[in-house]
Amino acid sequence: MKRFVEIKNLEKTYYGRGILKRGKNAVKAVDRVSLGIEKKSVFGLVGESGCGKTSLVRSVLYLDPPTAGEVWVDNTLLGDLSRRGLRTFRRRMQIVFQDPNSALNPKMNIQDSLEEGLVNRGIDAVQRKKQTTRMLDLVGISPSHSARYPHEFSGGQKQRIVIARALCMEPDFLVLDEPVSNLDVSIQAQIINLLQDLKSELELTYLFISHDLNLVAYLSDRIAVMYKGRLVESGSTDEIMGRPLHPYTLRLFSSIPGMQADTAPEGLPPQAEPVAASHKKTTLGTGGCNYVDFCPMGDGDCTLREPRRETIAGSHKVACFKIGNND
Amino acid sequence: MNASSNNLLEIKNLDVSFVQRRGTAHALRGIDLSIAAGEILALVGESGSGKTVTSMNIMGLVPMPPARVNAGSLLFKGSDLIGKSHAEMRKIRGNEIAMVFQEPAKYLNPSLKIGEQITEMLVLHQGMSKKQAVERALECLDVVGLGKSRRVLNSYPHELSGGMKQRAMIAMAICCNPSLLIADEPTTALDVTLQLQILKLIRSLKAKFSMGILFISHNLGIVKEIADRISVIYAGKIVESAPNRDLFGSTLHPYTSALLQSIPDAGKRGHRLRAIPGSVPDAEAIPAGCSFHPRCPLAKEICAREMPLTREYGHGHSAACHMV
Repeated sequence: MKRFVEIKNLEKTYYGRGILKRGKNAVKAVDRVSLGIEKKSVFGLVGESGCGKTSLVRSVLYLDPPTAGEVWVDNTLLGDLSRRGLRTFRRRMQIVFQDPNSALNPKMNIQDSLEEGLVNRGIDAVQRKKQTTRMLDLVGISPSHSARYPHEFSGGQKQRIVIARALCMEPDFLVLDEPVSNLDVSIQAQIINLLQDLKSELELTYLFISHDLNLVAYLSDRIAVMYKGRLVESGSTDEIMGRPLHPYTLRLFSSIPGMQADTAPEGLPPQAEPVAASHKKTTLGTGGCNYVDFCPMGDGDCTLREPRRETIAGSHKVACFKIGNND
Repeated sequence: MNASSNNLLEIKNLDVSFVQRRGTAHALRGIDLSIAAGEILALVGESGSGKTVTSMNIMGLVPMPPARVNAGSLLFKGSDLIGKSHAEMRKIRGNEIAMVFQEPAKYLNPSLKIGEQITEMLVLHQGMSKKQAVERALECLDVVGLGKSRRVLNSYPHELSGGMKQRAMIAMAICCNPSLLIADEPTTALDVTLQLQILKLIRSLKAKFSMGILFISHNLGIVKEIADRISVIYAGKIVESAPNRDLFGSTLHPYTSALLQSIPDAGKRGHRLRAIPGSVPDAEAIPAGCSFHPRCPLAKEICAREMPLTREYGHGHSAACHMV
C-alpha cells in the first residue's frame, strides 16, 4: 500500500549544450531520491541553495518531467498519464513559491488571478466567485479588496493571495518552496499559523521546503536532508532533531545562529571550511560520497562507492559509511 | 545606553521625514543610537521600521530633498555629519565609514575584476600607487579568507560563489581601514552554513581592528550570535535598547517579546505560534500615541493617547513603553 505521495529513485539530469550533449556539462540535480509522504502530513525537506530541492519539486510536479524514477500521487503513476491526463491531475497538486511578487501577474487584479485556473477548467462565473470568495476568506483577505492589484498589497498579504490562488483549485497536495523566507519575522508567524489551519481544515498534505531548520522542525512530521542531489538523512522530526547523525546535518545544526552554545549536539566534529566556489553543481559519475570534500570524517574509502541510506533506528536513515551499519 | 562622549558614533534625537506627493513619510522620529570602537551594535527591525534609512543617513546617501532632517545630530568622531557638504561626505564614505550590503551581486561591478574594484578605492581615498594598492588589496582578501594568491584578485564577480562575493565585498569595505562598518543584512541572502562563516569574519574584524560595527538585521537569532548590544527599532523609533544577554534574558518591550515568541523552533511543535496581528504601519500613517499600540497585547487607553518616553532601567537597558 503506497503512501499518498510516493517518490521512487527520482533522477533529474540536465544535459549541457553541444552536439554530444553528455559528459562534462551534464548536471545531476536529483540523484536517485526516494521518499514517501503520508496523507495529511507535513514532509520537510532541508537543503541549501544548489542542493537540488527546486529541481526535485519541479520533477515531482512533472513541470519538468524527471529523467528517471517514479512519482505516485494517490496511487496514480504520473509518468503513465497522457498530457491531457496530467493537466487534469495536476490541479490536485499545487505549489506556493518563495517570492509572491514574481508569482502574481502585476497586470491582473487579484480576482482575475484567482479565477484564472478556474476559467481554464470551464467553471462558470457564479461558481468562480463563490470559490474565490471562500478562499480569500480562508486566508484572511477581505473579498471586497478583490478588484485591487498586487502592488496595492503588502508582502504578507500577497503571499496569502498566492496561497488562496493555489487553494482555489482544491488541491490535495501542496508543495511549499520557502513560502515565508521573503517575509518579515512577525508576518512569517502569521503565514505559518495560516498554513497549519488550512492543513487541518482542508485535509491537505504538504511538502515543505526550507533552509531554515528551526522552521522545518516546527512544522514537519518527517524530515529529509538534501545535499548535492541526494538525501543524506531522513526520519521523523523527533528522530532527526533528537539525534542528527550525518556530518552535513550536524553542520547545518551547528550553523544555526543561536544554537551554538546551548543546544548543539554532543561531540560535534570540527568543520572543514570550504573555500572553493564549485560546491554547488554535481557532475555525472562522481562515484563516491558527495560530501567527502568537506567532511571531517571523510577518507579514501568514501570515494570508492556511493553510500546508500541505511536504517539506523526506527524510520531514521543515514547515508554515511562512517555511521552505523554501512560497510 | 552608552553615556560616553568618546563614542565613535553618537546619534541623538534624529528626526527625518520624506516629503512626497502622496504624503509625508516620517521615517525616523527621534532616534538615539551610539556605537563605541570595537563594539557591535545590532539594529533590529522589520521592513519599514527605519533601519535602512538610519544607515543611509550615516553614509550621507539620503537625498535631501525629498528627505529633510527635522531635528537631531549624527556625530561621527565628535563631528556632526548632518550638514556636511557632498565633498566632505565623499572623503568619509568608503574611507572612514564603510558599508556592506545584503546582495553582493548587486553591489559589485560586474564588468570589473575584484582587484580593480578594491584598488580603485585605495588609489582614490588613500592616494596609494597602483603597486601599493595591489599589495593592500591582497592583504584584505587574505583577511577575509579569500587567500593570498592573485586568483580572486583577477576574477570577475560572476566567477565567484555567493559566499565569496560577500567576502569580496567585505574586503572592499575594509581596505581603507574604516573605523565604522555598517553591515546591512549581510547574511540574509546566504545559506546557513555560509552565514556562520561571515559572522565569524565580522567578529574577527571587531577583534583585530577595533572596528565599530552597526549590524542591521531582522533576524533575532543572528543578532543574538553576534551583537554586543542591540537596539530594536519600530516605526522610526527605538523601542528598546540593551546589552545582548539582557535583551533576551529580561525583555522589556512588548514588541521585542512578541517578536521572540513568534519565532518557530522545534520546541514549539504542536502549538500555534503567537503571531503579532496586523503589520508595521506605513511611515505616512503612524498611529498616534505609541505606534505599536494597535498590535500590542498590553495596550491600554494611555497608549493610544501619549507617546511613551524612553526610560533607563539600569545596566544600559532602556525601553519606551507605558506598561513596563
